[in-house]
Amino acid sequence: MPSPQDSPLKTYIDHLNRGELAYQFSPEAGRPVFYPRVLCPFTGSETLEWRVSKGLGTVHATTVVHPAEGKPFNVALVDCDEGFRLMSRVEDIAPEQVRIGQRVRFRVHKAEGDEAPYPVFTPAEGA
Amino acid sequence: MDGLKRGSAAIVGVAESDLGQVAEDMSVFDLMGQGVRRALDDCGLTLKDVDGLFCATTQSRMSVLGLAEYLKIDPPFMGSTIVGGSSFEYHVAHAMGAIALGLCNVAVIAYGSTQRSVGRKQASVREVNPYETPFRPFLPSSAYALAASRHMHEFGTTREQLAAAAVAAREWAQLNPAAWEKKPLTVEDVLKARMVSYPLTVRDCCLVTDGGGAIVVTSAERAKSLKKAPAYVLGCGQSTTHANITSMPDLTVTGALNSGRAAYKMAGLGAADVDAVELYDAFTINTILFLEDLGFCKKGEGGAFVSGGRIAPKGSLAVNTNGGGLSYCHPGMYGLFLLIEAVRQLRGECGARQVKDCEVALAHGNGGVLSSQATVILGTPATV
Repeated sequence: MPSPQDSPLKTYIDHLNRGELAYQFSPEAGRPVFYPRVLCPFTGSETLEWRVSKGLGTVHATTVVHPAEGKPFNVALVDCDEGFRLMSRVEDIAPEQVRIGQRVRFRVHKAEGDEAPYPVFTPAEGA
Repeated sequence: MDGLKRGSAAIVGVAESDLGQVAEDMSVFDLMGQGVRRALDDCGLTLKDVDGLFCATTQSRMSVLGLAEYLKIDPPFMGSTIVGGSSFEYHVAHAMGAIALGLCNVAVIAYGSTQRSVGRKQASVREVNPYETPFRPFLPSSAYALAASRHMHEFGTTREQLAAAAVAAREWAQLNPAAWEKKPLTVEDVLKARMVSYPLTVRDCCLVTDGGGAIVVTSAERAKSLKKAPAYVLGCGQSTTHANITSMPDLTVTGALNSGRAAYKMAGLGAADVDAVELYDAFTINTILFLEDLGFCKKGEGGAFVSGGRIAPKGSLAVNTNGGGLSYCHPGMYGLFLLIEAVRQLRGECGARQVKDCEVALAHGNGGVLSSQATVILGTPATV
């Protein structure tokens, strides 16, 4: 019996554990696919390549969440230069200073306890 | 694809259950039951007549089974499509199709929620999305806030303009005896309220109430002999663009553009023909987006359009005449209440908030995080 296919999420997390932001690329559609899937949503093809992003992007939308307890924090949608969008947050600046159009650079938020690693961003002026 | 036929079915009975904060230990089926009983009374039909049953709720996994058991009926046609708050507008189209095919003749669509009594966390199961949950967006509010941030960036929409939508809704609510929030509200009050997810304060966000209700849909032929003037279904349209906000194709254009086009096409009508506009205002940005996408103003002009009392009572367009999800009630999924208000406006039952000469009413449902959009256009017998 052939071994089961790794889940798209596992591959994504494995890349993050190596400090990489991975995404899929559909050769048939000629465009990136994110979040990772088992088929290309543009063509239906199962042929998807994994690629590693250069980690540069632009803030597309931003909000500051004010929780009932604890400090306000940023939630943003980031458009990576390779042409895919993901949810993340911009760190190292006050959450209300995050601006649409701002250039940002990926870094990994490392796994902690049961929590998987995830991608965050920092300001990257001029990048 | 022939699709649905304009005016082939009508909404003949409508009712709310108890609203706001319901009695202790009321279940969602108790509230649906109240709605069904009252909606059947509203049109003079009985449980024995019901052969189509639809419902949706976040508090029961197989809700239509629970409701059929509660009512002790065995309807040959059932549906519990659940796509968030717009589910009930989808149900109207599904009921209309089933009636046209002869699969049922009298369909009841019901809703119930006790989210205020049991708490939001109890009322809906928290789902983990590995690509969003780590960032702790306060959903659904943060998703709408992200859309609002784009609208402000692209079109210069202001927080004051968002607030104007809440103020207009409050002014309508003050004319509705059933509304939950009636305290006077100013733009300043909205801006100074507790911030939830910037730019949305708690007054930019819908209420958290209990509530439910039901509507009765039947064939145009059967509708003629019932108690009250039928509200004919002139047009229906649905569009689904995404489930999670990260996947929304364009944060400033919703599926209402396509659902509205389909509904107008079926109805043979346009925005200028609509007398009462009932929009799913879970957040103030919704009112702006849907007025734009449904053609009541141009894209980007929604902020200015909702300002200056234009959509308030005595304004130029009657929008959310019951006070909306922002001030009347919002028990988790609000879509059914849009239909109830639209029907009442067409019947002329709305007292102080009645829209004069109301012949065509539009109910637009929204589900998820601007995800599922469904438009239903209703008309008086004169429009058929």
